Formats: sequence, structure tokens, C-alpha cells
Amino acid sequence: MRTPLFGWTGKVLHIDLCSGETAVQHPARRLYETCLGGRGLAGHFLRPVCTLEIDDPDLPLLLFAGPLTGTIAPTSGRGTFMSRSPLTGAICDSSVGGRLATQLKRAGWDGLVITGRADSPIGIEIMDGEVRLIPTDLAGATTDVVFDHLALKGPTGMAMAAIGPAAENGSPLACVMADRHHAAGRGGLGLVWAAKNLKYIAVKGTGKVRVHDKAGLLRAREDILRLMAASPVLLGRHGFSCRGTGAIYDLMDARRMMPTDNFARTRFADAPRLNAPAFQAAYDPHGHGCTGCHIRCKKIAADGRAMPEFETMSHFTALIGNTDMELVMQANTLCNRLGLDTISAGATLACHREITGEDFTERTLIKALYDMAHGGHLGRGSLDFAESCGRAELSMSVKGMELAAYDPRGAYGMALGYALSTRGGCHLRAYPVSHEILRKPVATDRFSFGGKARIIKLAEDANAAVDSLGVCKFAFLAAGLEEYGRAFAAATGLEADGRSLMAAGERVYYNEKIMNAENGFEACDDDLPPRFFAEEGSSGGDVTVRPIDRAAFLEARAAYYRIRGLDEIGRPTHETSTRLGLEPPR
Amino acid sequence: MKALCEKYARKLATQGLCAPGTALVGGLDAELEWNRFDPRIDSLAPLFDLLPINSLVFAPPAEPYATIIEHLAAPAPGAAAHGATAHGNPMNSLRPEDTETRTFLHDIPICREFTPRAMAATLSRRKAVIVPGQGIVSCGTVSPEQGFVFFSSTVFACFVLFFSRYLAEARQGGPDARFRAAFEAVVAGLPAMRRDLPPLARTIPTSHDEALAAMAEAGRAVVGHGLVDSFFGNISCRLGETILISQTGSSLDELEGCIDACPMDGSSTAGLTASSELTAHEDVYRQSDARCILHGHPRFSVILSMDCDRADCADRGQCHVRCPQCRTVEGVPIVPGEVGTGPTGLCNTLPPALAGHGAAIVHGHGLFTASTIGFADAFATLLDTENRCREAYFRRLDELLSGRTPA
Ligand SMILES: [Zn+2]
Repeated sequence: MRTPLFGWTGKVLHIDLCSGETAVQHPARRLYETCLGGRGLAGHFLRPVCTLEIDDPDLPLLLFAGPLTGTIAPTSGRGTFMSRSPLTGAICDSSVGGRLATQLKRAGWDGLVITGRADSPIGIEIMDGEVRLIPTDLAGATTDVVFDHLALKGPTGMAMAAIGPAAENGSPLACVMADRHHAAGRGGLGLVWAAKNLKYIAVKGTGKVRVHDKAGLLRAREDILRLMAASPVLLGRHGFSCRGTGAIYDLMDARRMMPTDNFARTRFADAPRLNAPAFQAAYDPHGHGCTGCHIRCKKIAADGRAMPEFETMSHFTALIGNTDMELVMQANTLCNRLGLDTISAGATLACHREITGEDFTERTLIKALYDMAHGGHLGRGSLDFAESCGRAELSMSVKGMELAAYDPRGAYGMALGYALSTRGGCHLRAYPVSHEILRKPVATDRFSFGGKARIIKLAEDANAAVDSLGVCKFAFLAAGLEEYGRAFAAATGLEADGRSLMAAGERVYYNEKIMNAENGFEACDDDLPPRFFAEEGSSGGDVTVRPIDRAAFLEARAAYYRIRGLDEIGRPTHETSTRLGLEPPR
Repeated sequence: MKALCEKYARKLATQGLCAPGTALVGGLDAELEWNRFDPRIDSLAPLFDLLPINSLVFAPPAEPYATIIEHLAAPAPGAAAHGATAHGNPMNSLRPEDTETRTFLHDIPICREFTPRAMAATLSRRKAVIVPGQGIVSCGTVSPEQGFVFFSSTVFACFVLFFSRYLAEARQGGPDARFRAAFEAVVAGLPAMRRDLPPLARTIPTSHDEALAAMAEAGRAVVGHGLVDSFFGNISCRLGETILISQTGSSLDELEGCIDACPMDGSSTAGLTASSELTAHEDVYRQSDARCILHGHPRFSVILSMDCDRADCADRGQCHVRCPQCRTVEGVPIVPGEVGTGPTGLCNTLPPALAGHGAAIVHGHGLFTASTIGFADAFATLLDTENRCREAYFRRLDELLSGRTPA
């Protein structure tokens, strides 16, 4: 007889799409304690097979919820998709919101391990313990059509995730869309679905997540909610709750770090009239959120279209020289329907624009997005395109993944964070925007590498823990692992605190470094495009945006390697692996 | 990193939180650096290996805080000393009721051993710890400023708790001899009441630059007069249809470059980094002719805002959000409300009170003053209210201890 778990369901569902067979695994308690869930547990399952090619049926597609998912812990509706990235060849995970992770937990599953390849396109439908693989004729359909179809036949409140034609036509920029409006955007995970002939997943659960200490969880929740109420970024008049993540747009303009013209400049003259309030005035959006979140940073326009997130707003205006708000709306909607990552799509268009010198018109922009999702060259991403033109240096990417909408010359922690992220040009691994721009927990000097190596390392560990608990990174603009540690302890009944969660996060992160090393990644991949070390940004006002000092960057990176316990070229060591209880790299 | 360590060590001393030259501040990037050498580094440095931190602050608090903290932390049968942890460790904690504790610290643990292992066990749950006989240890993950802030909040919260508890015990028949002795020593060590007014702007600024300068000066005065601690408090000024306001987490004595311009028509979100109280400030401007607002956490205003003789009130314990009474202290209204927004946020309760009276105290939190004529005026109200609260505190105490019913 197993001792019942609290917080976790204690069950992982393995689905083999070749044979159509499913198996239920009951992981040992110890595994839950060390990997937590979400990104950590997914990484555990990926590790033994992390070098398999994308089209290898044995490469798993993983979806994991966290121990807090489905509980009353604030913002705990997050899950993680994970596999190897078709875009970068590195590991790739993508946090997913909406209802998906919550419904998975309520159906009784901590995670899904999907392997194999179906003979023809199928969907996975999970209703509590019942799992069905359903052949579908939705192949090639845009995601909105898939969601319309599923919503008609499924129970209310059912969670849905699907890929669009971009994935099915082989684009490594393909995302996964969840519950219509939520993207698991980065790294091309949609293509892993397509390689398995998996078109959609639908989940509905009727159970409840067992909580060890309800009163303790309620107290932790109150402490977290109090901190969130005190956070201007989350709940202030101009914060994410009122304005959506687009609230950052004006700030990036004011700080002169808005990537403009494929990162050739850092200020876009038209930005002030394309900000979040301008979009709000034009499209009258209302709030929408993931299950279990009161911030509701997602915004839906009065006409039903999702409002663009900050990165999409920025890349589809400043980065490509567009001043038409409606075109941003159309591009965003189209990317979501086609299943394209908006960040990589926008950055790839910007790269094309710089290399060819051709501006986009409304017609050519829309056509370019269609082409990307239908086998066109640009659908392979900016690095592939730039290399084919002999201009690889104009792909604004790290490890082949396009950079998000923060210019690293305006925030040196961001520069390190981009370069060192285990999934490529990602702003979220260490999210230094938090202290360099948003002043949380306190402000740091954004034009200095001083102290940043350790700050980045600690933040990567913290965010790995956050992604493993099943909560939203935005919550950590207000609360910390101190408060969430108490929520976790109350939910699971384990002894836990900020320190033990950070230790778990460090382990999760190092495991990812090992997987990347096994795929051949090292220091030369932990770098930024040369532009940032050679060209100035757009100085003005009282802000001077200089090129990043290459020597200072390399010194900070070397310091990071030491602090992280890597060797001098950024590879995991036997010693650190052993210290963290991880199998050393092969 | 070393420069930041030195800066916050200096700041602890200039704000009277510790004696000059006694603070130890360490920061770790590739190497661990300290602001100065001290043999206690041997006990503190291992904390960097045991905890996921990048900075640490330690200092023995200056008087009268040392006496206050030693008294509160002493293992007496104190009412607010909380029980053992799950392991049965003797880890007590103080649970002050003020907003800084409630929101940011939650409670203040006491660690009785100045050993790395014992302190790490405590600091893995909380941001600051009292080590009786030694001082306060606090830490941060991005900057020594965090340790400074938590140190300062701990001192503030203990001060408020000490005076609040003394008053409460006076109401219930009187503090014991030990408490009385400590109280007398503390009162003897209190700095004299300030009556001098700094030379602040006597008119409303008319230009952006003038407003920034006036705000920076006013901020320095609020800190200089001891009316706020660390990075708490905020300042704003209305210039036409734009509100200039201090940024979230900015120190009022260092406001240069830390003021956001927020158009009242909502046409820009550049105020994303503005103080968490922007909403409240903005509503005060909408509801009144006020042109500038100051907010500090002056201690006796906070203490008196929490002193209530309604022992049988059904909302006891929830006063900070629920208090249904129209309470005043020295004619200044006291309103409930938590930091920022939300259904129980002070954004709902403060604006009408401040717009109507020009001053209002938020329960357990701090004092807001507004003026239609300039920062000098708003500052005078701030200082005067705090001075009157301080006098009222001792008057109330005298009355209670001498057996008279307080007025
Ligand atoms: Zn305050």
C-alpha cells in the first residue's frame, strides 16, 4: 500500500502513440521531493533520451503540472511542456497557462509522457482516468478551428491544446496553443507534436487536489495576495492586471531599450502612440486569466481577438518598423491560428527586412506569416535564413532562438541571461527585467555587470523552482520562494522553505545544462550576436546606450561558470553533478 | 559590490540604526567582499555557502533599539513570543502588528546562537533574524540594499511593538518592573523631538525640473527628520494633468532619477514602476485641490493608530482592514487599509480621508499629508502630527498609569 501523497496526484501517464497503449506510473516519493514537478519532473524524464532526434518516436513530449497546480496557491495554474527543441537542438520547455495544467491535475495526473508516432493525425482525450486516442480529420486546420470543434463536443471547462499548420508543415517556430489564447510559444515544441502526428490534447478532470494543511495553505495564500496587492507592476493602475503585459512597452521606450529595426537601434520614434493605452482605446479589451489567477494579465479585445502580449507588440512594431496597430492585431491573431511563436516570427521578419532592405506592407507581412506556416524558408527561423544569405551575424538569436523584446545593451543582467539560458534567447530564465527595470525586489544598476553573475545564477535557480511548482513567474515580482515555500509545505506536508526550493531549482537547472552538454553545447553557444558588442544603441534624454564591453561580458560569464560549478568552457562537471545528486554527463 | 556594501554600511549608521563603524556588510559575486574586516566574519561568511543569497547585513543596533530588542527577545513569558517549531527547536519569533512586518517580514524570528548553521536555518525562512546579545542579521538575493531594508524594518517594527505593548500593558494594569526599567532606559535614550522646519518649497512647483528638485529636497527632509525608514514612504506632486511620484522601492533621500511622470488621463504606462500608492495619490488629487502629498512612517503616529481600548471589539485582530470606527488621533483621521490595491487596499479608504482633512493615518502603517500650497506646508503637517502623537502617547500613558481614564 502506497502512502498517499498530498499536492501531487502520485500518477504519471505514459502514452505510446505507436501502439496506442497507456501505462500508469507511480513515481517514488523521493523523485517528487527532488524534482518537485512541472519543469523539474519533465527534465527528469527527458534526461535519458535528450539526444534523440526530433523525428525519433522515442523522443518524449512531456507535459507536467506542479504540486501547487490546482490548489488555492495564487497563480498556480501553470504547467510545462518539454522536449528537445527543433529550433535549437537544446532542451526546451515552455510554460503553459489557461486551464490545461489544472484540468490535468484534477483528472488525477501529475504529468504525461507521450512517445511514439501515430499512423495518422490523432487527438488525446483525457476524462479523469479514461484516456482515448481519437483519429481526427482536423489535420491542417488552424487552431481556432480545432478549438471550435472541441468546444462543441467536449464538456464545459475542458482544457484544450493544439498545434496549427505551422507545425504540420515543419516549422521549428511552431508553438502550442492552449485554450485559444494561451501560447506555449518558444522553441518550436509544436513541431514535436507534429512529428508524433498529435494534433490536440483535451483534458477534463472532476477530482480535487489533496492538500495536507488547508489552513496553512490559506495563510500562505493570504501573505502572497497581500504582497501582490502591494505590487504596482502586478496590480497597480498601470500594472499587468489593468493593462496586460503591454504595460512594459512605455517603460522600454523610456529606458531606451526597445529593440528597433532588428536590434540596430533601441528607440522607436512611434512607440508612444502604439502603447498599451492606445491599444486599449482602440480595442476595448477585457481581462482574462489562467485558472487560479486573480491578476488576469491576458486581455481579450471586444471583438474576441486576443490582445498581443508585450513581446508581440514590440516585435511587430519597433522591430519590423510597423506603425499600424491593426496590423499588429492581425499578425498576432494569425500567428495564434497558424501556431507560430510570435517572438521568433517577428524577429525572423525583422532579420529578413534588414538583410533584404525591403519594408513590409500590410499585404506582404500577412503573406510572409502564411508562408512561414506553409513550408516557406522564413518558417525555419532567422538563423537559418541569415546563414543562407551569408549573414549569420544578423540573426538576433542565441543558440538559434530569437531574442525577446529587451535590448541587452540596456540591461547587462539581461545580456548574461540571454547568453546563458538553457533554452536559447529567452528573457524568462533569469528574468533580470525584474530588478534591472521593474525595481523588484530592489533596483540594480542595469548598466553594470557587477554582482550580476551570481544574481543570474540565483534567479535561474529560483525560476526553475517556480516552473516546477506550477506557479507563474509574474507572482515573483511580488512574492518570493519564502512565501511559496510555505504554500508548498502546506500543500504537500513536506518540510520545505526558500532554501530547499532553491536547492531543488539548482538541481533542475544543472540537469538542463547536462542535457545541453550532451547535445554538444558549450561556451561558444553561450554568446550574444556580435552587434551588441560593436554598435551603440539609441542614446538620448539622460540615457547613454553604449555597446557592451566584450571583455566585461566574458569576465562575468566566466564568473557565472565558476559560480554555477561548470568548467571553464561552460560544461557540467563530474564533481558538481555528484554534489547535486545528478548522474554526471556522458 | 564592495562599493554597495560600503554604501549600506554607512547608511545604517547615518540613519542611527547602528553606531558608526559597527555594521558589517558582505556581498558575493565571484568573490566574497566585506565593507571592512571583523572577527565575526568567521561566523557570517559561511552563511553564503548555506543560503542562496548574494549579500548579508549584520550590525548590533544602536540605542535605544538595542535595549528595545533585547527586551523583546528575552525569553520571558512574553505575550507575543511564539512557540516552538515542528522540530521543537526553541525558535521564537516576534509578531509585530505593523504593516511593514505584516506585509514584508511576516514575523521576526529570534535565533539564540550566533552560529552559521543556526542562523541559516532561520534565514532560510525569513529575511532577517534577531540574535540576542549580537544584533540583527539580514540578507538579500540581488543587492545589499535588501539587507539594509530588512534590518531597518526590523528595527522599526520592534520599536513600534515595544511602545505599543507598553501602552497595552498599562491599560491592563501595568507593565512589570523589568518592562518599566527597560522602558525608562529607552525613553531616556529617545532623540529629542524635532521642531525645526527644513527650508522646503513654499509654493507649488510650476515646471518639471522645479518639481523634481522640490520632491528630492522634501524626501531628504522626511528621512532626515526620522519620519520614515529605509525605502518606505512616497512623495508626489501634481503638475497640471501629470502626477510626478517617487518610484516603488525608492529611498526618499535618494530620489534623483527615481521619479516617474504619470499622466492622469492614463495615456502612458511609464508609471509602471511608480509607488504602489500611485492609485491613492491620484484619487486624492481628483477629490481635492491638493497639489502635493507626503507619506512617511513616523513611529508614534503608527503606534497610536493601533492603540484601541475597545477590548471586546468583534473585529479585533482585523483592525488593519476592518475597523468600522471613525477613529482620530489629535484630530487626524485613522483609516484601515493594506498597502496598494485590492478590495482591502488603502486605495479605497485613504483618498476621501486625506482629501477631506489634509492628513490621514493608515492603521499600523503611516501618515499621509497633503497640501494645496507646497511641500513646506505638507512637511509641517507631517512633523507636527508626529510630534503631537508623541506627546499624546506619553499623556495617555501617564493617565493610564496614574489610574485616570484617558480623554
Ligand atoms: Zn507606507
